[in-house]
Amino acid sequence: MDGKINLSVDLGAGLKLANPVLTASGTFGFGHEYSDFIDLNRLGGFIVKGTTLEPRQGNPSPRMAETPSGMINAVGLQNKGVDYFIENIYPTLTDFDSEVIVNVSGAKLDDYVAVAEKLSPLDKIHAIEVNISCPNVKAGGMAFGTTTAGASEVTSAIRKAWPRHLMVKLSPNVTDITEIALAVEGAGADSVSLINTLLAMDIDVERRRPRISTITGGLSGPCVRPIAVRMVWQVAKKVGIPVVGLGGICNADDALQFIMAGATAVQIGTANFIDPTTTIKVIDGLEDYCRRHNISDINELKGII
Amino acid sequence: MPKISKDFILTGRRMLPSGSCLMTFVTADGSELPEIAPGQFVEIKIDDVPSAMLRRPISVCDVRYGTELILFVKPLGQGTHHLVSMPEGKKVNIVVPLGHGFTVGDCKGQRCLLAGGGVGAAPLVYLTRALKQAGATVAVVLGGRSASDVEGVNSLYEAADAVVVSTDDGSAGSKGVVTLNPIFNGQWDRIYCCGPTPMMKAVARIARDKSTWCEVSLENHMACGLGACLCCVEHTDDHGNVCVCTEGPVFNIKRLESWMEK
Repeated sequence: MDGKINLSVDLGAGLKLANPVLTASGTFGFGHEYSDFIDLNRLGGFIVKGTTLEPRQGNPSPRMAETPSGMINAVGLQNKGVDYFIENIYPTLTDFDSEVIVNVSGAKLDDYVAVAEKLSPLDKIHAIEVNISCPNVKAGGMAFGTTTAGASEVTSAIRKAWPRHLMVKLSPNVTDITEIALAVEGAGADSVSLINTLLAMDIDVERRRPRISTITGGLSGPCVRPIAVRMVWQVAKKVGIPVVGLGGICNADDALQFIMAGATAVQIGTANFIDPTTTIKVIDGLEDYCRRHNISDINELKGII
Repeated sequence: MPKISKDFILTGRRMLPSGSCLMTFVTADGSELPEIAPGQFVEIKIDDVPSAMLRRPISVCDVRYGTELILFVKPLGQGTHHLVSMPEGKKVNIVVPLGHGFTVGDCKGQRCLLAGGGVGAAPLVYLTRALKQAGATVAVVLGGRSASDVEGVNSLYEAADAVVVSTDDGSAGSKGVVTLNPIFNGQWDRIYCCGPTPMMKAVARIARDKSTWCEVSLENHMACGLGACLCCVEHTDDHGNVCVCTEGPVFNIKRLESWMEK
């Protein structure tokens, strides 16, 4: 195929991406950490790390354990708080062609709302991703994301405070993720992203101790991909809003699985730790796939399964 | 100094009696190495080992001729076992240079003591040469459990003015831990330390008690090596939890009071 291939996707509510590839929150810092390796302008967008109302020191070490084809983390949302982000980080992010999406986390409802309110005047931020699914904070986080009532309540509250695209990140640690997806859609979410990490645990049998300080943490990496693809497929069948798929994507074929399962866009997470150029390889790989299969628009592949 | 992610070729390997391997890499495309400071590290991608998904952080032992990257690797887990058994000619992807290295700066005439333990001492090889080049006096003290841990290692420090050894069992050099070595009784302007955590803490406490300038190189468990994942943090007295991979691995002990007491 010789013509130009369209990789751009529309997530609705003003969030258009030049290509479907985003970076997952917490795996890409604020973007600059990767600027030696890739041109950040080539990304569809990047989702900067979880921001909370107050600064957080996060969990004690050790925070990470490597497991077969994956890793468990328990960072605990270490960040310098939304005010620091607005004053010091935001001004460095305004000149990119890529969309910059801020991931918002909180321990209680008012915190989520306050962060969204503080971010709302930043006109280069066209979208926030609300994390109602962090397994590594004691209060809030996943607690909101594991019941339909909690997910609906937090989404409604943020919806009132945030005027632009509202993406809600879902937890896989539930019996039926489609119920939660429908709840946040009903409460005003413009898109859903899934999956966040799976609650997991690893034990050092020689020392007879858990490998991470919080005992349990969130599992990510290629080992979770088949679960994530399944959940994206289930959710995409049920909701009317766009779905953003993530979970163990390492290459273009992985990304295509999510797209064929119904995702409009994808996020690259743990793979950024293994190969800092993964995102660009995925974008190039998607284009190459379309060329080989005579597809002029990546959107033709969405939800074909 | 910009970081690169590049394919390298293993061009030389030498197993030492301790079981560690001295490995020499050059870039696959023949280009020169980026500027690398003593104390910085690399992240190596281990192919073909499913249990080693993440890169392995390895400190830079030495840099030669602007093209040879020398790493000293101890096989500890499946990833590093695979690494040390690689044949010459094998290609690997390496991200380099990473982290914040040792302070060399204006050290003309300064008396520097470099204390290292086991394979952790590796970065002191490159540091020795850098300090000597800058006009410092350099003494190296190496620790190990027994003679085999230090055998073949001393020669790496040929640039140093003096190299002494301590072993736990007394089979080489002074008997006992590194900090019992009489060399610590000397007058030092700077102490640099790299090795097992208990040893570094012991050296740091000696330096603190004598009000001697001291830097240590931490080896916290890492994932990305780029300051993105926040997995390798250490508590500093001035800035709370910071990434060892970007703010370190080398820290002045002034920032690590709580680490020393932990």
